[in-house]
Amino acid sequence: MTTTPADPAPPDAAQERFDATIARGDRIEPRDWMPDGYRRTLVRQIAQHAHSEIIGMQPEGNWIGRAPSLRRKAILLAKVQDEAGHGLYLYSACETLGVSRAELTEMLLSGRQKYSSIFNYPTLSYADVGTIGWLVDGAAICNQVPLCRTSYGPYGRAMIRICKEESFHQRQGYELLMTMTRGTDGQRAMVQESVDRFWWPSLMMFGPPDAESPNSARSMAWGVKRNSNDELRQKFVDMTVPQADALGVTLPDPDLRWNEERGHYDFGEPDWTELAEVIRGNGPCNEQRMAHRRAAHDDGAWVREAATAFAERSAARAREEAR
Amino acid sequence: MSGDRREWPLYEVFVRGKRGLNHVHVGSLHAPDDVMALRHARDVYTRRNEGVSIWVVRADAITASSPDEKDPLFSPSGDKVYRHPTFYEIPENVPHM
Ligand SMILES: [Fe+2]
Ligand SMILES: [Fe+2]
Repeated sequence: MTTTPADPAPPDAAQERFDATIARGDRIEPRDWMPDGYRRTLVRQIAQHAHSEIIGMQPEGNWIGRAPSLRRKAILLAKVQDEAGHGLYLYSACETLGVSRAELTEMLLSGRQKYSSIFNYPTLSYADVGTIGWLVDGAAICNQVPLCRTSYGPYGRAMIRICKEESFHQRQGYELLMTMTRGTDGQRAMVQESVDRFWWPSLMMFGPPDAESPNSARSMAWGVKRNSNDELRQKFVDMTVPQADALGVTLPDPDLRWNEERGHYDFGEPDWTELAEVIRGNGPCNEQRMAHRRAAHDDGAWVREAATAFAERSAARAREEAR
Repeated sequence: MSGDRREWPLYEVFVRGKRGLNHVHVGSLHAPDDVMALRHARDVYTRRNEGVSIWVVRADAITASSPDEKDPLFSPSGDKVYRHPTFYEIPENVPHM
């Protein structure tokens, strides 16, 4: 965008205006002055979020060709296409902070920026498609609904669009699992086995415990984050337990029980060393996911080149005709 | 690594939700030209009947007011409160006003 030039405001006044905007609960918009730390935090968070949507297409994409019916295949295709869309909304929100799309792509491909650890787990059975919709998209919804009110305008607006679409994702997953649990013993066992594998990694999606999440407090002061990791994790558990009961599956946690006093479910401690290992790159599928993403990028190069060449030729022809 | 010589230009996307409404800004995307921008806008921003009409415009063709000159630019309307209907006091017993 071209901007009509304005005198650069003295930093103190700008900082005051920024603080006042945050204090009012108002939104910061792209061309407002903002502290460097705020900008960096947002770039990191939004980029990681965008990369997660993009890499997140892979585990489910694995089953598109093997979906058991045309109906299920159409649903899965639409869901995976939505995730691509989510990635694009978020990349464009991130670009309003002054990073280019090429840089963001490069940071994903080089591994300098991360994506959600959950997508480094494999989808071993078809029931995983249902479990991902129910638990993984369910956890994502818990994380994302409060982000609709995040202090950075473009991020919040992207989250609103995403949240509208996520509800379809969760419901199709739950309905798939319901259908399977009404089937044979073998199908019920398949659902239980899948839930057993995805339960703990889903809890890890909310990040490390608050005590070990050093940047959280600052993010909350800036209104970038609205709830702490542990709060959101608790909310997810409270929401999910009755859904598991209705489905007739067990959640693999012997410590899971209702706590009358707290008005919440108590639950066990996720294996934080596992989370750290997956983040470090040692999850079951880290290498496969990155290799696939790099190959997709390279294989798509000719399409990008052809579109660029076509656009250039059309523009040249238009100039010729105008003469 | 890739054949991108440079980044495709940025387009801002505006969607008319239904007849009778203004086009509203919904986001942005990169495309090599106007036609592709429109195609991508359809796929990215209107997968669920979100619109009946789409505009795409190159972001570098938009001139915007600067947030820092907000006060001088918008203050004329601030001291012209008589432009707002609530400026005028009408007795309670006058209907439909
Ligand atoms: Fe998503
Ligand atoms: Fe989703």
